[in-house]
Amino acid sequence: MHRVKVRVVEDALDANNTIAHANRHDFNHADVTVVNFMSAPGAGKTTLLERAVTELDGVRVGVLEGDVQGSMDADRLAALHIPVVQLNTDGSFGGECHLDANMVRSAIGALPLDDIDLLVIENVGNLVCPAEFRVGEDARIMVTSVTEGEEKPLKYPLMFRACELVLINKVDLLPHLDFDIEKLIYNIGVVNPDARTILVSAKTGEGIDEWRGWLTELAGQRAASRV
Amino acid sequence: MHELSLSSAIVNTAVKHAGERPVSVVVVRIGQLRQVVPDTLDFYFEFVARDTVCEGARLEFELVPALLACAACERQWAVDFPDFRCPTCLEGGVQVITGNEFEVESIDVEEVACTA
Repeated sequence: MHRVKVRVVEDALDANNTIAHANRHDFNHADVTVVNFMSAPGAGKTTLLERAVTELDGVRVGVLEGDVQGSMDADRLAALHIPVVQLNTDGSFGGECHLDANMVRSAIGALPLDDIDLLVIENVGNLVCPAEFRVGEDARIMVTSVTEGEEKPLKYPLMFRACELVLINKVDLLPHLDFDIEKLIYNIGVVNPDARTILVSAKTGEGIDEWRGWLTELAGQRAASRV
Repeated sequence: MHELSLSSAIVNTAVKHAGERPVSVVVVRIGQLRQVVPDTLDFYFEFVARDTVCEGARLEFELVPALLACAACERQWAVDFPDFRCPTCLEGGVQVITGNEFEVESIDVEEVACTA
């Protein structure tokens, strides 16, 4: 036996990225715009979706719901009479903490791509791992909420940097909290100066129209590029 | 926690290039912006490598500092703190020159000497 050094120089996430490209190709082929929707657990992703996806100005929405276990969130969204597919990640090591491209690929066959214009992939609640794994999306949105702390962008820069849009949720609670919203917005700007931020409340509906506008515009870009 | 997923990605990449030869060393290049904790990665690597050609292999790290560049004024600078605004322009449009790496650089494999 003798030892040989093999030069590799390969992104360790190449395998994931290759599958993400294949997903993107399939979504493009079906003319579906895809959003990867991420946050910490409990930031309000599902409630925000319940608020936003039903009145999206001619854009037909479907949801791919990622959870470690259970279908509680998918059931809530299915009650809105939109197509929802549940993806559970509890196959290995007691449950993956994020969706990767291969998991999304396994669900593509179950998605009614011909009947939707916008697919929202609700990722597993987690501020670290989902940022590492592209799944074939056009854009990434994260939700942070005012109960989470102003320093979160500095603690989780990978996630905050990965997103084009940051929704700041639960702003209806601000009168009851010692929370410095300007400081949060400043910190988001430090970590990701190019991100757009929208203040929203899933409870009162504040900011939801602005977010709907953003989603409609994103889906419209595809329609415009097709003409 | 993401070190578990990342160590799986490293093992899969190394296994692919090893071609069934036993691997003794895996060298990875990790950018400062990846938020990877080498000790944690090492811990999971040992676990994930079991029952593969990487079992028992040593994981070596090359850490790559973060270097940014401003698209507007072309200034380049190194960062320790996650501030992605140009110190001169105080705006975005900043490019990451280095610091995003997450690569398997090389592997050492054991080959049976040719006896022919």
